[in-house]
Amino acid sequence: MYQDEIVTLAKSKTGAQRLENPDATVTLDNPLCGDRVTLDVNVADGKIMAVGHRVRGCMLCEASASLVARDAIGTDTDSIAPARDKLEALLKKGAEVSGDDPWSTVTTFGPVAEFKSRHECVLLPFEALGKAVEQAEDKD
Amino acid sequence: MSFDVDALRSQFPILDRTVHGKPLHYLDNSATAQIPNAVLDAVERHEIAHRANVLRGIHYLAEAATEAYENARLDVARFINAADASEVVFTSGTTSAINLVAHSFGQGLKPGDEIVISMLEHHSNIVPWQLLRQRSGIVLKVIPATTDGRLDLDKLDDVITDKCKLVAVTHVSNVTGADTEIYRIVEAAKAVGAKVLIDGAQRVPHGPIDVQALGVDFYAFSGHKMYAPNGIGILWAHRELLDALPPFMGGGEMIRTVTLEDTIFAEPPHKFEAGTPPIAQAVGLGAATRWLTEVDTPEATLHVAKLAEQTLSGLADIADGRIRIIGPQGTQSRLPVISFTVDGIHPHDVCQILDSHGVALRGGHHCAQPLMDFFDVTGTTRASLTFYNNQADVDALLNGLDAAIKKLT
Ligand SMILES: Cc1ncc(COP(=O)(O)O)c(C=O)c1O
Repeated sequence: MYQDEIVTLAKSKTGAQRLENPDATVTLDNPLCGDRVTLDVNVADGKIMAVGHRVRGCMLCEASASLVARDAIGTDTDSIAPARDKLEALLKKGAEVSGDDPWSTVTTFGPVAEFKSRHECVLLPFEALGKAVEQAEDKD
Repeated sequence: MSFDVDALRSQFPILDRTVHGKPLHYLDNSATAQIPNAVLDAVERHEIAHRANVLRGIHYLAEAATEAYENARLDVARFINAADASEVVFTSGTTSAINLVAHSFGQGLKPGDEIVISMLEHHSNIVPWQLLRQRSGIVLKVIPATTDGRLDLDKLDDVITDKCKLVAVTHVSNVTGADTEIYRIVEAAKAVGAKVLIDGAQRVPHGPIDVQALGVDFYAFSGHKMYAPNGIGILWAHRELLDALPPFMGGGEMIRTVTLEDTIFAEPPHKFEAGTPPIAQAVGLGAATRWLTEVDTPEATLHVAKLAEQTLSGLADIADGRIRIIGPQGTQSRLPVISFTVDGIHPHDVCQILDSHGVALRGGHHCAQPLMDFFDVTGTTRASLTFYNNQADVDALLNGLDAAIKKLT
């Protein structure tokens, strides 16, 4: 499961810095293992402009937060909820993810599928981003 | 006489299996220990030959089942050196034993009465008292921990006051492995007329105890951590105390006569055993106490202590000090429950990689979040050893850790 791509992503700590003036901030916990993600977002005109996060959690959670921060910039705010669902389907049902999809990079986490107890670790940053985007847009 | 670990291992069929294509190295004994054939056989024999309900039947099987159940109580009484078998109450585990005390003993407490626990407690010896606080306004106080993961007994006099009615602490920490000096707790509690409850869940898997010599009032433990089935545990208390306490749960088996107006309760221990108990599990626990009493020799203890020492020194040698032991650094006054953190690597990642090497560890907060906060960690990785562990287990742990650290950094 700890393939190079996942380890490299986690170590890259992409976006692992809080934003100065976020439009919204969300903190989510995984009560099962104590992982915690705090995620800031800035949005403009239905697009994600910036993501910053702090993760207190395992390597999978860190890798997922890095991927979220790397790939979210410039995407439509309404692509986040489907991206989360796509990742969940990949993990839980082994669903295919087509290559031309903007969030096709979630396939990075394919190797996690067989480790059920770790699914939430990967989903948590996506859930935090989804909630943060929702809050940011409610504010507008 | 030397200790033959291979002969002991051959009594545990599960230790022969592989996981992920690797031999199993089971180092999660503090969570649940494995079951030897002697216990499996006792349970199976009971279910095949003597399965029936206990206490109220007038047929052969009912009487045989009752006898087996009460004999198991005698076994447990012997294992903990209780003065009488009627002091041994079957519960479903440590958690239910502590909840029983929180209800029955708690009923006699007034707002402002104090209960003292410690920073090292498992949630099962924290939450029942918080619930009691909500019900009856008692005050909950906490004995602090030392930086090496023991109870800070020098603070006892600050925490235990005249208002204290009960001190409830762990015998051995399920995180740090520290062995509590019970006599000091007893001394401080008795000086103010308070009772003492000991959570023995992590102590009894390592051999018989003597509740009378300990001088405590309540002692709780679980079967599944001491090579017995799940769903069975023990609350021991002095007979006079059990006589004086009201029952916790009501129902069948715990009564003498019932009218629609009133009930006369059975004598202890049955007063505290409402409903059909886990009978075969109790029989299994009885068998486990006999098995463990035989296994617990000085040679066996030395064998485990050596493995613990190798583990501790091996951890210190790995990855130039990136491993921090959470608990006593040495082997003095501690049992082989060894928690550690690896700088920069989350316990769940450590456990996952070790699992792929066949090594079963536990990672996380170990149901002791206040202690995690004290050490300022989100969780630890824990290796817990027992008699059937061997050199190969320790080697697999240390080699796997080395590999995990190389992979994840
Ligand atoms: C010290 C301690 N107390 C209590 C418990 C709870 O035991 P059970 O879940 O069997 O009731 C445990 C189990 O992990 C423990 O380690």
